[in-house]
Amino acid sequence: MKFSLFSLLHQGLTGNQGWQPQWRDPAPKPAYDVIIVGAGGHGLATAYYLAKEHGIRNVAVLEKGWLGGGNTGRNTTIIRSNYLWEESEALYEHSVKLWETLSHELNYNVMYSPRGVMMLAHSVHDVQVTKRHIHANRLAGIDNEWLTPEQAQEFCPILNISREIRFPVLGAALQRRGGVARHDAVAWGYARGADRLGVDIIQNCEVTAIRRDASGRVTGVDTTRGPISARRIGVVAAGHTSVIMGMAGLRMPLESFPLQALVSEPVKPVMPCVVMSNTIHAYMSQSDKGELVIGAGTDQYTSYSQTGGLHISQHTLDAICELFPMTRRLRMLRNWGGIVDVTPDRSPIIGRTPVPGLYVNCGWGTGGFKATPGSGHVFAATLAREEPHPIAAPFTLERFTTGRLIDEAAAAAVAH
Amino acid sequence: MLLIRCPYCGMDRPEIEFRHAGAAHITRPGPPDRVSDEEWAAFLYLRDNPKGRVAERWRHVHGCGRFFNAVRDTVTDVFVATYKAGEARPPETGPGESQPMEARP
Repeated sequence: MKFSLFSLLHQGLTGNQGWQPQWRDPAPKPAYDVIIVGAGGHGLATAYYLAKEHGIRNVAVLEKGWLGGGNTGRNTTIIRSNYLWEESEALYEHSVKLWETLSHELNYNVMYSPRGVMMLAHSVHDVQVTKRHIHANRLAGIDNEWLTPEQAQEFCPILNISREIRFPVLGAALQRRGGVARHDAVAWGYARGADRLGVDIIQNCEVTAIRRDASGRVTGVDTTRGPISARRIGVVAAGHTSVIMGMAGLRMPLESFPLQALVSEPVKPVMPCVVMSNTIHAYMSQSDKGELVIGAGTDQYTSYSQTGGLHISQHTLDAICELFPMTRRLRMLRNWGGIVDVTPDRSPIIGRTPVPGLYVNCGWGTGGFKATPGSGHVFAATLAREEPHPIAAPFTLERFTTGRLIDEAAAAAVAH
Repeated sequence: MLLIRCPYCGMDRPEIEFRHAGAAHITRPGPPDRVSDEEWAAFLYLRDNPKGRVAERWRHVHGCGRFFNAVRDTVTDVFVATYKAGEARPPETGPGESQPMEARP
């Protein structure tokens, strides 16, 4: 069913009894052309673009839990493309351009809201690095501008620009096209779109082994719902990528860390934009429900526990209370953790692996949500053509052997 | 917050006194002129990242300042053992050395 003003009116006048489930709940078939492991935003987007742009519709997306229940449902929904290196700029800008038309593309309101992402500078070093980013972005045709503390406060009136605080705001970079989107709707929109094109989304189906023939090429997977054959497998399993790739005998340049976020009780609109401070690990925006959505830094140790230490959240709230004094009397409603797969250079890995037929899209670390459409788009092309999409080409697994890293960690403006 | 027993100080102390220092028992290959790019990549970047027991280094930065090793379960975050640097992984905690996944039973 297509969503339109007409369908809304029709359903409204007939008691809303005619809405149908948005996707099927199929049993797995014995064989597919392509298997995607992981029904998060990136996996579902991959399946959608495989079916939509490459005509490969005999696709299964296998999910051990429920779709969008991992990091897709746990992030702070920030979207931006103001990365430092040209490779990253191309990848994330590709994604932002897809965000701009995504609701229309999917006929599903993903509530993309380009309300502006402001990144704060707190020291002379921050100011220099931030300005370097702004210049690099503008050379690449990506909008980013420098704001004085007064201009930053004008853009976000609840921001404290007093010089007396522990980490005073010395200025900010503003990407006006950055913003937020509704994370669940992104997963649901891609799921609905892929399902309508014939993709089977199979939930509660955990991959337990990867099957290979005598030549080493993948032939399928064993799952908790039985064996499934495919000659091409794309692993999009975020924090669990090392576990899945281990089934094919591969060690990955990945470590999995808990990353925490929390939301406050809902309040009336107070915050018109996203504010990030990488220096003191605090990210905040306001959801349409009125909750202030707050992101923290990663815990220091590797873990799959989907939780983390309370002192990490507390450290972030210390910073939030100083930057936004009006939040000091807010209560927090919930906090949680997601497991993020971090690469040594803090850039993702998209492409082939040493195992023929096995492809991987991982390593998005702490910042994967913003890349959901672009990641799925370039990974689908990589799977369909069995060679890297030009934008994905620098993000190979081989870069850790050749030494051609894309070192966004040293760029210091990466949320981590 | 984790409670960690420093094997030098012999006390359970809060996590904020410690700094996590990555996977343990990683041996630098050599001599350098005979090490292939693949071996350097494995040494520098490839990690087991297990879901389960992991051997890892910690440093008691706000205590004795020394590095030590620990075996911890990454699903529950429970410490199975901590032991001094240079000692082998206690046999009751699982596989001793970091090794490729395919080499495991």
